[in-house]
Amino acid sequence: MEKVINKLPSFNAYEIRSDFPIFSRKVNGKPLIYLDNAATSQKPRRVIDGLKSYYENNNSNIHRGVHTLSYESTVMYEDAHKKVAGFIGASDWKEIVFTRNATESLNLIAYSWGLHNLDKGDEVLISIMEHHSNIVPWQMLCQARGIVLKFIDVDEKGNLDLESFERLLTDKTRVVSIIHVSNVLGVVNPINYISKKTREQGAILIIDAAQSVPHINLNVKELDCDFLVASGHKMLGPTGIGFLYGKKALLESMEPFLFGGDMISTVTKEKSTWNELPWKYEAGTPNIAGGIGLGLAIDYLENIGLEQIEEHESELLDYTLNNLKQLPWLEIYTPLEGQRVGVVSFNVKGVHPHDVAGVMDEDGIAVRSGHHCTQPLMNRLNIEYALRASFYLYNTKEEIDQFLISLKRAYKIFKR
Amino acid sequence: MNVDQMELVLDHYKNPRNSGTLSNADFSHEEGIPSCGDKIRIDIKVSDDKIVEAKFCGKGCAISQAAASILTEMIQGMDLNSIKDMDGQQFLETLGVNISPIRYKCALLALKVLKTGVFGDNSFEYEH
Ligand SMILES: Cc1ncc(COP(=O)(O)O)c(C=O)c1O
Repeated sequence: MEKVINKLPSFNAYEIRSDFPIFSRKVNGKPLIYLDNAATSQKPRRVIDGLKSYYENNNSNIHRGVHTLSYESTVMYEDAHKKVAGFIGASDWKEIVFTRNATESLNLIAYSWGLHNLDKGDEVLISIMEHHSNIVPWQMLCQARGIVLKFIDVDEKGNLDLESFERLLTDKTRVVSIIHVSNVLGVVNPINYISKKTREQGAILIIDAAQSVPHINLNVKELDCDFLVASGHKMLGPTGIGFLYGKKALLESMEPFLFGGDMISTVTKEKSTWNELPWKYEAGTPNIAGGIGLGLAIDYLENIGLEQIEEHESELLDYTLNNLKQLPWLEIYTPLEGQRVGVVSFNVKGVHPHDVAGVMDEDGIAVRSGHHCTQPLMNRLNIEYALRASFYLYNTKEEIDQFLISLKRAYKIFKR
Repeated sequence: MNVDQMELVLDHYKNPRNSGTLSNADFSHEEGIPSCGDKIRIDIKVSDDKIVEAKFCGKGCAISQAAASILTEMIQGMDLNSIKDMDGQQFLETLGVNISPIRYKCALLALKVLKTGVFGDNSFEYEH
């Protein structure tokens, strides 16, 4: 008899789904098919239960207390910083500042570093595919400091145009602030190349990793960046918690962004001195439960392994694109090759994406339609809005089949 | 959204009535919804306080565009004053679609444009 080797599949999206309570609900009578992960991810039981357990067993304010609960909360909250540091390869957990989200982290950099280090005529180089959160804070600095904001272009395929990057990177460039993974195109930008060139110019490098940290294994030392920002809610964590990684020397030299309790070392009637890192940047009572929840989300992701998640998403992406490109009535914006995460943006020609998304909602499918907080990119692509399906570890091919059926149904209804 | 109930809307979306502009309009107004890019302009011609002609143009989702077509059809021959009394809830019922509250703005854009054009700012508020 032939010997059957029963190799257990190490990654199983169906098993993973059972860790996410939300998938037991229905939407409009249909099982929920959640394809809006680039906006926010769903939460595993471990995170939800962890929040509850924290409030039931440990809840206290951190730092200031001598009592047991305060000690426990402080340790748990600090540990969450350590988990983030480990997850992104920072050598010192004091380089991790907890914020509300990626947006707040980028604002922190613009205010704490930008306002004090940039002057009239200094150039900040971003790209046309940035999320508004990496555009608007710099526009504030254009007003406040007279800096010049420049945009790296995208090429015809939807990839970052490296020629444009090299042309715009000059000795006036003080900052390159770049999206790691586009929340619309799904492309992974070549940060290593960008960081090498940026170093040669002596500019600082900021990475908006809101769409990469949840999906690909990254290491801040290998990326060689000065700052990196992300949001907890896109990586299985709670809303209201995000982080900033900054090189220690930079964080130490910068001025705080928010002032008040917890961020000080001493306060007299005249002046104050700042607390050590990272507390110098975490004024007031922070989102303690949120930070702990983020730590639990990281435990969950590490347990599964980012490489496995990346591979799973890549399979889903290829499967989806191979199907979508058969449909001549679609316009697809996500490049058909190259390194990408599980994000597909497209339009049904001549049909408003809200109408398509409305039909899909009727089928229990959550996709996003709109400008995705990337109006300059929409403009560059000559569109006003797009549909976006974005995947994560719990999505399956069967869900994509349903998505395709629903998409065809929407087309039949609205085509003119 | 319940597609089975969308016959009227789909008909007007695919075959818009009164599309275009009026060069001699007495009232002309355009507005949009920045978050989704929908835009509608309505032109009307009035005689003896009655609407004698109404046209619309715009772009956007099926709901917003069909609603404009349906509205311009409804108001032909109507007294200007009775437009004041048209309310959003009633108009939604006329459309006969079952849409999620998120899209009420799309469905009511045309009515807002009409009322604002005739009676000025703040004459129509989206209700929730
Ligand atoms: C690439 C990118 N950067 C920044 C953000 C902002 O994240 P948040 O809204 O959590 O601050 C997002 C969220 O959509 C994003 O996709």
